Amino acid sequence: MSITLFIIVSFIKIALILFVLLTAVAYTVWLERKVVGRMQNRWGPTRVGPFGLLQPAANGVKFLFKEDLTPPHVYKPLYIAAPMIAVIFAVTSIAVIPFGNSVTIAGYDIPLQITDVNIGLLVVLGITSLGVYGVALSGWSSNSKYSLLGGLRASAQMVSYEIALGLSLVGVLILAGTFSLRGIVDAQAGHFWGFIPNWFIFRGGQIVAFFIYLTAAYAETNRIPFDLPEAETELVAGYHTEYSAMKFAMFFMAEYANMITVACIASLLFLGGWRGPVFGPDWLQAILPVFWFSLRVFVFLFVYIWVRGTLPRFRYDQLMAFGWKFLLPLAIANLVVTALIVAVT
Amino acid sequence: MLHLILFSVFGLVCVAGAVNLLLQRHPINSALSLVVVMGALAVEYLLLGAEFVAAVQVIVYAGAIMVLFVFVIMLLNAGEEEHTHGSRVAWLLGLPGMLAVTVLICWGLIQDQTSSVRIGELPGHPADIAQLLFHQFLLPFEVTSILVLIAIMGAVVLAARPESVRETKREH
Repeated sequence: MSITLFIIVSFIKIALILFVLLTAVAYTVWLERKVVGRMQNRWGPTRVGPFGLLQPAANGVKFLFKEDLTPPHVYKPLYIAAPMIAVIFAVTSIAVIPFGNSVTIAGYDIPLQITDVNIGLLVVLGITSLGVYGVALSGWSSNSKYSLLGGLRASAQMVSYEIALGLSLVGVLILAGTFSLRGIVDAQAGHFWGFIPNWFIFRGGQIVAFFIYLTAAYAETNRIPFDLPEAETELVAGYHTEYSAMKFAMFFMAEYANMITVACIASLLFLGGWRGPVFGPDWLQAILPVFWFSLRVFVFLFVYIWVRGTLPRFRYDQLMAFGWKFLLPLAIANLVVTALIVAVT
Repeated sequence: MLHLILFSVFGLVCVAGAVNLLLQRHPINSALSLVVVMGALAVEYLLLGAEFVAAVQVIVYAGAIMVLFVFVIMLLNAGEEEHTHGSRVAWLLGLPGMLAVTVLICWGLIQDQTSSVRIGELPGHPADIAQLLFHQFLLPFEVTSILVLIAIMGAVVLAARPESVRETKREH
C-alpha cells in the first residue's frame, strides 16, 4: 500500500469512527433517559420523533444555539480550555481500539482499527489518565466554591481508582503476554473443555479482575454510584456548575465517550473482543465480528445505566475507604494469584 | 526526514514549555507548562523508538504526579508569585556557568558518536525493558522500590497529626 493510499484510508477511517462514536454518545444519552425512565415507571423522551429518537438531534441544536455565557469571575484561558481538554482526550483514546479483524476492499487488507500499536493498552490508559485535567482545571478556573470542590473530589477520586484499575488489568497482560489490544483478543481464540469460550474472564481467576475493573472504571468515569464530583444534592453540579451551552455539552460528550471507551476495553480484555459465531456469505462474515463487538459494548452501556437506576451515591469517606482499603488490596491479591497460576501451569 | 522534523519541533516545544514554566507568574500555569514538557518528552521517546518508556512517561508523570501538583495548587489556592530580580551573584556566576555546561555537553556529544542512537532504533520493546529490569538490573530495581517505600512512610509520619505523635510517644 502506497503512502498516499494509506493516508486516504486512514482519514476515511478516522472520519467514520469519529462519526460512529459521536452518534453513539448522543444515543447513549437517549438510551439512558429512556431506560432510567422505564425503571422509574415513566416514559422518558417521547415527543421528538418516534420513541423520542430524534431527541439527541434536538439537544444538539439547543446546545448550539443557547447563549454561551462566560461568568465574569472566571480565569478565562483555562475556563475555555478545560472542556476542550476533557473532550479531546476522551475521543482520542478510541484511536487504538480494534473493532474487528480486517476487511478486504479492492484487494487491500484494511484492519478495522485506526492504528495498531504494540503498546495499545498503555496508550488508552495514558490518554484517559490525562482526561482528569479537564475536570480539575474546569473546577479551579470557574472560581466558584462548588466547582472547586467538585474538581478536587474528581482529581482525588480519579487518581485513587486509577491504581486499582491499572492493577486489575495486569492479570490479563500476564496471561496474554502483550500490550497490543489486537494481540490480547487473538490470545482469547478457541474454546476449552470443548464448549466454554477461551475468554480471559473464565481463566485464572480473572473474573475477580473483571469486577475490580468495572468498579474502578465507574469511579474513573464519575458515574453513579461514584458521581461525587457532580453530586447535585450538595455541589449543585460540581465541576461544570459555571458552564453553559456547548461547553457544558462538551463535558457531557467526554463523560459518555469515556463510558464507551471503558465498555470497549472491558469487551476486548475480558470478553474476547469481536469473537463469536461467524457464518454466511463473505459480506456477512466481514460484518458479524463488528456486530458481536458492538453487542458487548451495548451490554456494558446498559449495565452502566442499570447501575445508575439501582444504586444510591456513596459518601465521600466511603468512596475513598472502598478504593484504598478494599479494591486495591483485592487487585494486588488477584495479581499474585494470577502470577502463581501462570507460573505453575 | 519527517521523523527529524517532528523530533526538532517537539524538542522546541519542550524547551519553550520549560522557559514558559520559569516565566509564568501563576503556579497553575507553571504546572501546566511542566505537563507540556512531559508530553513533548514522551513524544521524543516515541520518535526514538522507546514506545514503552513514552507511555510510562505520560501515565506516571503527566497523568499522576502532575495531577497531584495541580491538586495541591488548587487545594492551597496558591496566588500569583512575586518575582524579585535575583541576586547579582546569580547573574554573575549563573550565566557563565550555564554557558560552560552547555558547551561541555555539546562537546561531549560531538566527541562521542558511538553511543548515540539513530531515530527509531532505540530498543524500546516492553519485553526488552522487562528483561533488563527483572534480570540484569534486578537488585537496583528492588533497592529503588524499597527507597520509594521508605519515602512514602516518611511522608505518612510527617503528615500525621501532632496529637497522634504525642500519643505514640506516651505509650513507649
